[in-house]
Amino acid sequence: MPSPLSPLVVGTVTESARNAALLPSDGPNWIGVTADELPVDQAVKWATLPGCGGIVTFCGIVRDHSEGRPGVTHLEYEAYTEQVVPRLSAVAAAARAQWASIGRLVLLHRVGRLEVGEISVVVTASTPHRGEAFAAAQFCIDTLKHTVPIWKRETWAEGSDWSVCAGTTNADDIGTGDIGTGESTPDGISRVHQ
Amino acid sequence: MPRLLLFGPAREAAGVSSVTLPGHDVAAVISAAGAKFGPQFAHIVTISNIWLNGDAVEPDAPVGDDDEVAVIPPVSGG
Repeated sequence: MPSPLSPLVVGTVTESARNAALLPSDGPNWIGVTADELPVDQAVKWATLPGCGGIVTFCGIVRDHSEGRPGVTHLEYEAYTEQVVPRLSAVAAAARAQWASIGRLVLLHRVGRLEVGEISVVVTASTPHRGEAFAAAQFCIDTLKHTVPIWKRETWAEGSDWSVCAGTTNADDIGTGDIGTGESTPDGISRVHQ
Repeated sequence: MPRLLLFGPAREAAGVSSVTLPGHDVAAVISAAGAKFGPQFAHIVTISNIWLNGDAVEPDAPVGDDDEVAVIPPVSGG
Protein backbone atom coordinates (compact mmCIF):
# COMPACT_ATOMS: atom_id res chain seq x y z
CA MET A 1 0.00 0.00 0.00
CA PRO A 2 1.25 3.52 -0.70
CA SER A 3 2.39 5.59 2.20
CA PRO A 4 -0.25 7.94 3.53
CA LEU A 5 -0.16 11.47 2.27
CA SER A 6 -0.05 14.00 5.03
CA PRO A 7 -2.76 16.59 5.54
CA LEU A 8 -2.76 19.76 3.55
CA VAL A 9 -0.99 22.86 4.76
CA VAL A 10 -2.03 25.61 2.37
CA GLY A 11 -5.46 27.09 2.01
CA THR A 12 -8.62 26.10 3.79
CA VAL A 13 -8.63 22.47 4.85
CA THR A 14 -11.86 20.58 5.22
CA GLU A 15 -12.17 17.15 6.73
CA SER A 16 -13.27 15.67 3.42
CA ALA A 17 -10.25 17.09 1.62
CA ARG A 18 -7.96 15.90 4.38
CA ASN A 19 -9.32 12.38 4.25
CA ALA A 20 -9.23 12.26 0.49
CA ALA A 21 -5.52 12.97 0.57
CA LEU A 22 -4.59 10.33 3.07
CA LEU A 23 -4.79 7.04 1.21
CA PRO A 24 -5.50 5.61 -2.19
CA SER A 25 -9.18 5.21 -2.72
CA ASP A 26 -10.91 1.87 -2.48
CA GLY A 27 -12.30 2.87 -5.85
CA PRO A 28 -10.54 3.23 -9.19
CA ASN A 29 -9.23 6.79 -8.69
CA TRP A 30 -6.47 7.92 -6.33
CA ILE A 31 -6.80 11.68 -5.96
CA GLY A 32 -5.13 13.97 -3.48
CA VAL A 33 -3.19 17.10 -2.62
CA THR A 34 -0.39 17.19 -0.09
CA ALA A 35 2.66 19.08 1.11
CA ASP A 36 4.67 15.87 1.15
CA GLU A 37 6.82 14.32 -1.57
CA LEU A 38 4.59 12.63 -4.12
CA PRO A 39 4.68 8.81 -4.09
CA VAL A 40 5.38 8.13 -7.77
CA ASP A 41 6.51 4.54 -7.37
CA GLN A 42 3.49 3.70 -5.26
CA ALA A 43 1.21 5.30 -7.83
CA VAL A 44 2.51 3.01 -10.55
CA LYS A 45 2.17 -0.05 -8.35
CA TRP A 46 -1.34 0.94 -7.32
CA ALA A 47 -2.35 1.46 -10.95
CA THR A 48 -1.15 -2.01 -11.96
CA LEU A 49 -4.05 -4.31 -12.77
CA PRO A 50 -4.14 -7.75 -14.42
CA GLY A 51 -6.24 -6.45 -17.30
CA CYS A 52 -4.11 -3.40 -18.02
CA GLY A 53 -1.15 -3.85 -20.33
CA GLY A 54 -0.09 -0.20 -20.31
CA ILE A 55 0.61 2.36 -17.63
CA VAL A 56 1.59 5.93 -18.45
CA THR A 57 2.83 8.26 -15.74
CA PHE A 58 3.38 11.99 -16.20
CA CYS A 59 5.45 13.83 -13.60
CA GLY A 60 5.53 17.62 -13.57
CA ILE A 61 8.99 18.77 -12.44
CA VAL A 62 10.06 22.15 -11.09
CA ARG A 63 12.14 23.66 -13.90
CA ASP A 64 15.07 26.03 -13.51
CA HIS A 65 13.56 28.62 -15.85
CA SER A 66 10.28 29.90 -17.22
CA GLU A 67 9.45 32.38 -19.94
CA GLY A 68 11.52 35.53 -19.32
CA ARG A 69 12.60 34.21 -15.94
CA PRO A 70 16.04 32.55 -16.04
CA GLY A 71 17.54 31.06 -12.94
CA VAL A 72 14.36 29.88 -11.20
CA THR A 73 15.36 28.59 -7.77
CA HIS A 74 12.07 27.40 -6.34
CA LEU A 75 8.28 27.53 -6.60
CA GLU A 76 5.61 27.97 -3.97
CA TYR A 77 2.27 26.32 -4.69
CA GLU A 78 -0.93 27.54 -3.07
CA ALA A 79 -4.34 25.92 -3.41
CA TYR A 80 -8.01 26.43 -2.75
CA THR A 81 -7.73 23.22 -0.85
CA GLU A 82 -11.40 22.47 -0.35
CA GLN A 83 -11.97 22.57 -4.08
CA VAL A 84 -8.89 20.73 -5.35
CA VAL A 85 -10.17 17.21 -4.77
CA PRO A 86 -13.61 17.91 -6.29
CA ARG A 87 -11.97 19.46 -9.36
CA LEU A 88 -9.49 16.61 -9.71
CA SER A 89 -12.39 14.19 -9.41
CA ALA A 90 -14.13 16.01 -12.25
CA VAL A 91 -11.01 15.61 -14.39
CA ALA A 92 -10.95 11.89 -13.64
CA ALA A 93 -14.65 11.52 -14.43
CA ALA A 94 -14.20 13.32 -17.73
CA ALA A 95 -11.28 11.08 -18.65
CA ARG A 96 -13.28 7.97 -17.86
CA ALA A 97 -16.19 9.25 -19.91
CA GLN A 98 -13.83 9.57 -22.87
CA TRP A 99 -11.79 6.37 -22.34
CA ALA A 100 -14.03 3.74 -20.78
CA SER A 101 -11.17 1.24 -20.74
CA ILE A 102 -9.22 3.11 -18.08
CA GLY A 103 -8.39 0.80 -15.20
CA ARG A 104 -6.98 3.11 -12.58
CA LEU A 105 -6.23 6.82 -12.49
CA VAL A 106 -3.91 8.70 -10.16
CA LEU A 107 -4.06 12.49 -9.87
CA LEU A 108 -1.85 13.90 -7.12
CA HIS A 109 -0.68 17.49 -6.68
CA ARG A 110 1.82 18.90 -4.25
CA VAL A 111 1.61 22.28 -2.49
CA GLY A 112 4.04 24.39 -0.52
CA ARG A 113 7.64 25.18 -1.43
CA LEU A 114 9.31 23.00 -4.06
CA GLU A 115 12.92 23.19 -5.21
CA VAL A 116 14.15 22.73 -8.78
CA GLY A 117 13.94 19.07 -9.72
CA GLU A 118 11.13 18.19 -7.33
CA ILE A 119 7.88 16.66 -8.56
CA SER A 120 4.85 18.93 -8.33
CA VAL A 121 2.22 16.74 -9.95
CA VAL A 122 1.74 13.07 -10.84
CA VAL A 123 -0.77 11.67 -13.31
CA THR A 124 -0.90 7.91 -13.86
CA ALA A 125 -3.32 6.05 -16.09
CA SER A 126 -3.56 2.31 -16.63
CA THR A 127 -5.44 0.85 -19.59
CA PRO A 128 -5.54 -2.44 -21.52
CA HIS A 129 -3.52 -0.93 -24.39
CA ARG A 130 -0.93 1.83 -24.45
CA GLY A 131 -2.75 4.23 -26.75
CA GLU A 132 -5.52 4.98 -24.30
CA ALA A 133 -3.06 5.32 -21.44
CA PHE A 134 -1.03 7.96 -23.28
CA ALA A 135 -4.15 9.84 -24.39
CA ALA A 136 -5.85 9.73 -21.00
CA ALA A 137 -2.75 10.84 -19.13
CA GLN A 138 -2.24 13.79 -21.47
CA PHE A 139 -5.90 14.76 -21.21
CA CYS A 140 -5.72 14.63 -17.43
CA ILE A 141 -2.62 16.79 -17.02
CA ASP A 142 -3.80 19.31 -19.62
CA THR A 143 -7.23 19.62 -18.02
CA LEU A 144 -5.82 19.70 -14.51
CA LYS A 145 -3.60 22.65 -15.39
CA HIS A 146 -6.57 24.60 -16.74
CA THR A 147 -9.26 23.81 -14.22
CA VAL A 148 -7.87 23.05 -10.76
CA PRO A 149 -7.56 26.02 -8.35
CA ILE A 150 -3.83 25.95 -7.68
CA TRP A 151 -1.37 28.84 -8.07
CA LYS A 152 2.38 28.94 -8.15
CA ARG A 153 4.74 31.72 -7.27
CA GLU A 154 8.12 31.64 -8.97
CA THR A 155 11.36 32.87 -7.47
CA TRP A 156 14.11 33.42 -10.00
CA ALA A 157 17.43 35.22 -10.28
CA GLU A 158 15.90 38.68 -10.57
CA GLY A 159 12.77 38.49 -8.51
CA SER A 160 9.67 36.67 -7.38
CA ASP A 161 6.17 36.76 -8.79
CA TRP A 162 3.13 34.69 -9.67
CA SER A 163 3.22 32.61 -12.80
CA VAL A 164 2.28 34.69 -15.84
CA CYS A 165 -1.34 34.80 -17.01
CA ALA A 166 -2.24 33.75 -20.52
CA GLY A 167 -6.00 33.44 -20.63
CA THR A 168 -9.02 31.75 -19.21
CA THR A 169 -11.05 28.68 -19.76
CA ASN A 170 -14.57 27.63 -18.92
CA ALA A 171 -16.31 24.78 -17.21
CA ASP A 172 -17.09 23.01 -20.49
CA ASP A 173 -13.38 22.38 -20.93
CA ILE A 174 -13.53 19.52 -18.49
CA GLY A 175 -16.02 17.70 -20.64
CA THR A 176 -14.52 18.35 -24.03
CA GLY A 177 -10.86 19.04 -23.57
CA ASP A 178 -11.48 22.06 -25.78
CA ILE A 179 -9.33 24.76 -24.22
CA GLY A 180 -10.55 28.32 -24.21
CA THR A 181 -8.70 31.03 -26.05
CA GLY A 182 -8.45 33.79 -23.56
CA GLU A 183 -11.87 35.25 -22.98
CA SER A 184 -13.00 35.56 -19.43
CA THR A 185 -16.17 33.76 -18.52
CA PRO A 186 -18.07 33.54 -15.27
CA ASP A 187 -18.65 29.85 -15.90
CA GLY A 188 -15.10 28.76 -15.37
CA ILE A 189 -11.73 29.63 -14.03
CA SER A 190 -8.75 31.36 -15.47
CA ARG A 191 -5.61 29.59 -16.50
CA VAL A 192 -1.99 30.24 -17.29
CA HIS A 193 0.50 28.44 -19.46
CA GLN A 194 3.64 27.15 -17.88
CA MET B 1 -21.90 38.11 6.64
CA PRO B 2 -20.61 36.01 3.76
CA ARG B 3 -16.97 35.00 3.81
CA LEU B 4 -14.62 35.97 0.99
CA LEU B 5 -11.64 33.71 0.24
CA LEU B 6 -8.61 35.06 -1.59
CA PHE B 7 -5.87 33.10 -3.32
CA GLY B 8 -2.56 33.68 -5.06
CA PRO B 9 -2.14 37.22 -6.36
CA ALA B 10 -5.55 38.25 -4.99
CA ARG B 11 -4.54 37.16 -1.51
CA GLU B 12 -1.21 38.93 -1.84
CA ALA B 13 -2.79 42.18 -3.03
CA ALA B 14 -5.33 42.12 -0.19
CA GLY B 15 -2.87 41.04 2.47
CA VAL B 16 -5.35 38.52 3.87
CA SER B 17 -6.60 35.11 2.79
CA SER B 18 -10.08 35.38 4.24
CA VAL B 19 -12.42 38.16 5.27
CA THR B 20 -16.11 38.63 6.02
CA LEU B 21 -17.81 41.41 4.08
CA PRO B 22 -21.36 42.71 3.77
CA GLY B 23 -23.43 42.09 0.67
CA HIS B 24 -26.57 40.36 -0.51
CA ASP B 25 -25.12 39.21 -3.81
CA VAL B 26 -21.70 38.29 -5.19
CA ALA B 27 -21.22 41.65 -6.88
CA ALA B 28 -21.79 43.53 -3.63
CA VAL B 29 -19.29 41.39 -1.75
CA ILE B 30 -16.68 41.85 -4.46
CA SER B 31 -17.37 45.57 -4.60
CA ALA B 32 -16.88 45.84 -0.84
CA ALA B 33 -13.60 43.98 -1.19
CA GLY B 34 -12.44 46.33 -3.94
CA ALA B 35 -13.18 49.33 -1.74
CA LYS B 36 -11.40 47.75 1.19
CA PHE B 37 -8.29 46.44 -0.55
CA GLY B 38 -7.62 49.05 -3.21
CA PRO B 39 -6.95 49.34 -6.95
CA GLN B 40 -4.34 46.60 -7.30
CA PHE B 41 -6.75 44.11 -5.80
CA ALA B 42 -9.60 45.46 -7.91
CA HIS B 43 -7.49 44.97 -11.04
CA ILE B 44 -6.81 41.35 -10.17
CA VAL B 45 -10.53 40.81 -9.73
CA THR B 46 -11.07 41.93 -13.33
CA ILE B 47 -8.96 39.01 -14.59
CA SER B 48 -10.35 36.53 -12.08
CA ASN B 49 -13.43 34.40 -11.86
CA ILE B 50 -15.72 34.34 -8.86
CA TRP B 51 -16.94 31.16 -7.25
CA LEU B 52 -19.74 30.73 -4.74
CA ASN B 53 -19.38 27.66 -2.54
CA GLY B 54 -17.13 26.07 -5.13
CA ASP B 55 -19.12 26.85 -8.24
CA ALA B 56 -18.66 29.62 -10.80
CA VAL B 57 -21.55 32.08 -10.63
CA GLU B 58 -22.89 35.25 -12.18
CA PRO B 59 -22.37 38.51 -10.26
CA ASP B 60 -26.04 38.77 -9.35
CA ALA B 61 -26.03 35.43 -7.52
CA PRO B 62 -27.48 35.97 -4.02
CA VAL B 63 -25.33 35.22 -0.98
CA GLY B 64 -26.15 34.59 2.64
CA ASP B 65 -24.30 34.58 5.93
CA ASP B 66 -23.08 31.00 5.55
CA ASP B 67 -21.89 31.35 1.98
CA GLU B 68 -18.30 31.30 0.80
CA VAL B 69 -17.31 33.55 -2.09
CA ALA B 70 -13.86 33.00 -3.65
CA VAL B 71 -11.75 35.12 -5.99
CA ILE B 72 -10.09 32.73 -8.44
CA PRO B 73 -7.21 34.39 -10.31
CA PRO B 74 -5.78 32.67 -13.39
CA VAL B 75 -4.66 29.24 -12.23
CA SER B 76 -1.16 27.86 -12.67
CA GLY B 77 -1.07 24.36 -11.25
CA GLY B 78 0.93 21.54 -12.75
